[in-house]
Amino acid sequence: MWEYTDKVKDHFFNPRNVGDLPGADAVGEVGSIACGDALRIYLKVDDQKRIVDVRFKTFGCGSAIAAASALTEMVKGKTLDEAMQITNQQIADFLGGLPPEKMHCSVMGREALEAAVANYYGLERKHLEEEDEGRIICHCFGVTEGLIRKVVRENNLNSIEEVTNYCKAGGGCQSCHMDIEEIIHEVRQERVETPAKQPAREQRKLTNVERILKIKEILEEEIRPSLQQDGGDIELVDVEGSKVLVAMRGTCASCPSSELTIRWAVEAKLREFVAADLQVVEVKS
Amino acid sequence: MSRVVYLDNNATTRVADEVAAVMLPFYTELYGNPSSMHAFGGQVARHIAQARDQVAAILGADPTEILFVSCGSESDNMAIRGVLEANPDKRHVISTRVEHPAVLSLCNHLRKRGYEVTLLGVDGEGRLDLAELRNALRPDTAVVSVMYANNETGVVFPVEEIGQIVKAHGAAFHVDAVQAVGKLPLDLSQSTIDLLSLSGHKLHAPKGVGVLYIRKGIRLVPLIIGGHQERNRRGGTENVASIVGLGRACELARAALREENDRVRRLRDKLEDGILHSVPNVRVNGNREHRLPNTTSISFEYIEGEAILLLLDQLGICASSGSACTSGSLEPSHVLRAMGVPFTASHGSIRFSLSRYNTEAEIDYVLEHLPPLIERLRNISPFWKDYQEQLAKRS
Ligand SMILES: Cc1ncc(COP(=O)(O)O)c(C=O)c1O
Ligand code: FES
Repeated sequence: MWEYTDKVKDHFFNPRNVGDLPGADAVGEVGSIACGDALRIYLKVDDQKRIVDVRFKTFGCGSAIAAASALTEMVKGKTLDEAMQITNQQIADFLGGLPPEKMHCSVMGREALEAAVANYYGLERKHLEEEDEGRIICHCFGVTEGLIRKVVRENNLNSIEEVTNYCKAGGGCQSCHMDIEEIIHEVRQERVETPAKQPAREQRKLTNVERILKIKEILEEEIRPSLQQDGGDIELVDVEGSKVLVAMRGTCASCPSSELTIRWAVEAKLREFVAADLQVVEVKS
Repeated sequence: MSRVVYLDNNATTRVADEVAAVMLPFYTELYGNPSSMHAFGGQVARHIAQARDQVAAILGADPTEILFVSCGSESDNMAIRGVLEANPDKRHVISTRVEHPAVLSLCNHLRKRGYEVTLLGVDGEGRLDLAELRNALRPDTAVVSVMYANNETGVVFPVEEIGQIVKAHGAAFHVDAVQAVGKLPLDLSQSTIDLLSLSGHKLHAPKGVGVLYIRKGIRLVPLIIGGHQERNRRGGTENVASIVGLGRACELARAALREENDRVRRLRDKLEDGILHSVPNVRVNGNREHRLPNTTSISFEYIEGEAILLLLDQLGICASSGSACTSGSLEPSHVLRAMGVPFTASHGSIRFSLSRYNTEAEIDYVLEHLPPLIERLRNISPFWKDYQEQLAKRS
């Protein structure tokens, strides 16, 4: 029998915010029956981007239900930005800890939240993964490279066993163990190099959704107003890995120097505020 | 916890009061070593001999064919490894995909040691295909190890039919009968079985004692090499109290076998039918005809087993699950997977296993409390709603 804390038991026996949410502004869903657990989370968001109501449904074990219940309590009343700052470790901490083998329940909570926020902004699931990182590493549990990288990075994991505990990858036929080993190794390298090179504010690498949200925000607040002053406009079409696809509108669309605008105004700003590797590409309609 | 309804008897059983009673003196005044030359120790040996007779009687075996060991797992290990070591030129082992880890993990270990292992599959109801066995047998097959009854589903294999095929090929035939002894009548004097394993704690004897039956004439190399105990086949001073207890437990089981099992079967059927009637979307795993009288494995679709167990536990009801979360691994039980039970069902499988100590009132208690508990979890499950919506759309 698992050693569950009283808080876990409480949230399992009396889960908070269970159910559907008619008229929800966002839905996020992760997991599947095949994998043994799944979580669907519904958000109601006001015009201040504050989560005013939340509901969940879970297929899963005791700690999966408890983690989902805990998450709903944690996000209620927070803005989407604030909610996105919640880490899987914080979900586990909120419950007074989870057995190591059950940490994947907290990760599932975090993933579902991210999916819901992406859904709110009309982004697709594919944006949850970085470029090339949507590749499935563990076929037994359908775990992508991106997720493995993320749990290793955020939770400082050092072994395959830990990775399995946090996202299930490697817990089946074991044929993906070499790949997981390699990812752990790469992230560990990254850990050694990071502290010296990067300034403090960039220590935590943005998740893909966070990055897309940030791109949207910068476009909205820093770039569009000045273009609009000149009767032009820009629209975010898509983000594919580090490629930001935009369409120019209004006077910008026909402006011969739009290429320069993109390079010097848009790309430079995005590189400064979001990520240095971003590349802005114009799509002509 | 006030009330305990124990329906997990395939995991372990309560020691019968009669068994505990005969064991006690061996922890107090009768502490002698049965191998000693003095009468004080020597008298203990007589009690072991009596226990050997009692075990032999329930198996229809000769007392010289009974070897006391420390548990079912040791018995399984000794049977398979003992045969392999005694027949070094034979490097092939046959078993099944639904064995207990005591056999299955050993098979994996043997593979790493260069043995060839064939694991036979089962169909959707947990039954073997004997043609597959016939094809698998080879001149260098040393041993075929097959369980009598499955601990998770209760499905009973046709061991004598299997034995006839195996014996025709000249391999040794081992049967893990840990779940069968005390629940099914056995007569090894009329059998093809060469080696048979049983474990005390599954039939109301204590944990930590088991038996390996070794048919006369079968050669085995011992697993534990030491003193001359057990006629040089297993070193180590005997676990006297437990052996005596096991003897008594076998005697009790033999006397009550038919009558008790009829009663247990009735209770099991009542539980199973009751659940099938009161809860939608459930299925019984395993062939219902060829099955132990005390076991039912039931899958509750769209919910997860550990969550069910936790809610049952809150009511004092003890059962177990083949779900991933409880097995300590991330995948549902290897038995249900081998049977091809779909994921919608395997994650929500619960095993109830009864014993002669269960009462009708306990079954009523479970039948009263289980359906609302399942409904409660289904109301939390996203897939249950999806499924219901699909149903509504179809009609
Ligand atoms: C079929 C089967 N074989 C072997 C064993 C192992 O027995 P023991 O626990 O005595 O080692 C068990 C029980 O756990 C079992 O059910
Ligand atoms: S592919 Fe990862 S465990 Fe099977």
